[in-house]
Amino acid sequence: MIEAQSLTKRYGDKLAVDDLSFTVESGRVTGFLGPNGAGKSTTMRMMLGLDNPTSGTVTIGGKRYAELHHPLRTVGALLDARWVHPNRSARAHLSWMAKSNKISPKRVDEVLDIVGLSEVASKRAGGFSLGMSQRLGIAGALLGDPEVLLFDEPVNGLDPEGILWIRKFMQRLADEGRTVFVSSHLLSEMALTATDLVVIGKGKLISQSTTEEFVARATDSTVKVRSPHLDRLRPALDRVGATVTTTDDGLLVAGVAGEKIGELAMENQVTLHELAPQQGSLEQAFMQITGDSVEYHADLETEAAEQPAGHAAVTN
Amino acid sequence: MTLLAVERIKLLSTRSPWWCALTALVLTGGFTALVVSQSNAQFPATVSATQYAYSFGMAVIMVLATLAVTTEYRFGTIRTTFQAVPNRAAALAAKATVVALIALVIGEIMAFLSWGMATLIQPEADLALNSTADWINVAGVGPACALAAVVAMAVGILVRHSAGAISLVLIYFLAAENLVTLIPGIGADIFKWLPFNVLHKFVTGDGESAGGATYGQPLSTSTLSPWWALAYFAGFAVVLLAIAITTARKRDA
Ligand SMILES: Nc1ncnc2c1ncn2[C@@H]1O[C@H](COP(=O)(O)OP(=O)(O)OP(=O)(O)O)[C@@H](O)[C@H]1O
Ligand SMILES: [Mg+2]
Repeated sequence: MIEAQSLTKRYGDKLAVDDLSFTVESGRVTGFLGPNGAGKSTTMRMMLGLDNPTSGTVTIGGKRYAELHHPLRTVGALLDARWVHPNRSARAHLSWMAKSNKISPKRVDEVLDIVGLSEVASKRAGGFSLGMSQRLGIAGALLGDPEVLLFDEPVNGLDPEGILWIRKFMQRLADEGRTVFVSSHLLSEMALTATDLVVIGKGKLISQSTTEEFVARATDSTVKVRSPHLDRLRPALDRVGATVTTTDDGLLVAGVAGEKIGELAMENQVTLHELAPQQGSLEQAFMQITGDSVEYHADLETEAAEQPAGHAAVTN
Repeated sequence: MTLLAVERIKLLSTRSPWWCALTALVLTGGFTALVVSQSNAQFPATVSATQYAYSFGMAVIMVLATLAVTTEYRFGTIRTTFQAVPNRAAALAAKATVVALIALVIGEIMAFLSWGMATLIQPEADLALNSTADWINVAGVGPACALAAVVAMAVGILVRHSAGAISLVLIYFLAAENLVTLIPGIGADIFKWLPFNVLHKFVTGDGESAGGATYGQPLSTSTLSPWWALAYFAGFAVVLLAIAITTARKRDA
């Protein structure tokens, strides 16, 4: 289990992480979601004791990282796949890591096999493609058979096959009872991978919940309504405080659940041709939530309503 | 011990230390061959003359030592290192030890290679090592290189960028100390206590190995005895390394 308490990091004038508190449970994949520059990598570096928090603490199984004995056996991490000497072979890279934590040299070949790099084990890491580098990074994370795994944007730059492989892989690790904490700036990606979500924006915690809850919150806000009797429905919607936008073929309604709209239509004897929650705006809704984390509660609904309907989520 | 093995694997699994070692050997060997083959009755080959080029080799070894740590910063592997060994002081001290040992070995090979070549080129010359000063002048190059490597590595830790750290080390070693003598009045007195001038005193002593000062390397102006000179430089190296490690422990990796 990972626990962050009032974690704060300041670089000069820049407040990269701002009073962040959250917990990450074992046996699940927890997504760490936030737009670029939100402070995800900084938080992860602090988890590994690489950057010193300005204030606050982060502990892994109750201990600070520096207090862990042979830390690679407790925490495996892939923060940046490029942190390998380009002239060193994949095997040499893993060998020194293994040696440093008294991990058997046999384990090096095991993890190379797990990530499918056995054949290029003695090749220079500098010649690896991005996907291969990511795999080498994952091999390094798995080396100590750790309880806790941290991955910073592991799917960045991978092809669909690679993404699928990593996604399945993380789920398997969690099924084995491990704590898996993985960052991303794409809600659509996290929706497929993570069961829990810690969402941050501008260094601040926006929410910690299950992925389902967050997705529901991010997308339920708009409902598309088509009806031949909009002139009667509209005043009814206004009365209950919904935000309504007119589009080419109907209305986009925010701030009121679909069920409620149906009931209103019934009361006013309005025929409905369509009543559809807008699932497509997942990524847009997320961007609004995190784009300005401070004013989110005031703005989410109106802004979501202003978005054109049906824009598919951007997937990587 | 584990950490020493780790640093050894890291250092020797890349190519640059091998290239640096080769460069050091070729440079000093070549230069020595040139100097010794030019010797004649007026300027006879001496033990000191066989080590004429040791400071070139030492410069290359310092580059190696600087790179040993700056490449870790350059490629981000320093973070992997601190992730594996959160005790940064232990990790960096182990690295300094391994770098010093490698520098010691290269330094000894370099010195005895130069001396051996000289005895082959000038079989008649008196190059036998038959005094303490003779021995220190040849075998002392190794320890001198080891300590110089620690200094260079400490600078590497502090500066972190390869180009910056190497320039700083080389400019200081090859030029800056000597420029101090140009300061009117006090320049020469300060120079006496500058670290590399003192280290040179350890290697060359008062010129006994040069058969009367004239037929060997220029001598150091330090007033310390060779062993005190070595201790002085060792102290300098340890203090610099301690400062570097303290800095590395406090800042973000
Ligand atoms: N070493 C540093 N010095 C100064 N500022 C930094 C440093 N590291 C990060 N920052 C700043 O802190 C903020 C958070 O950066 P961080 O890399 O943690 O974000 P992130 O969520 O990982 O973003 P991304 O999705 O782009 O990886 C950014 O504004 C960044 O510019
Ligand atoms: Mg990042």
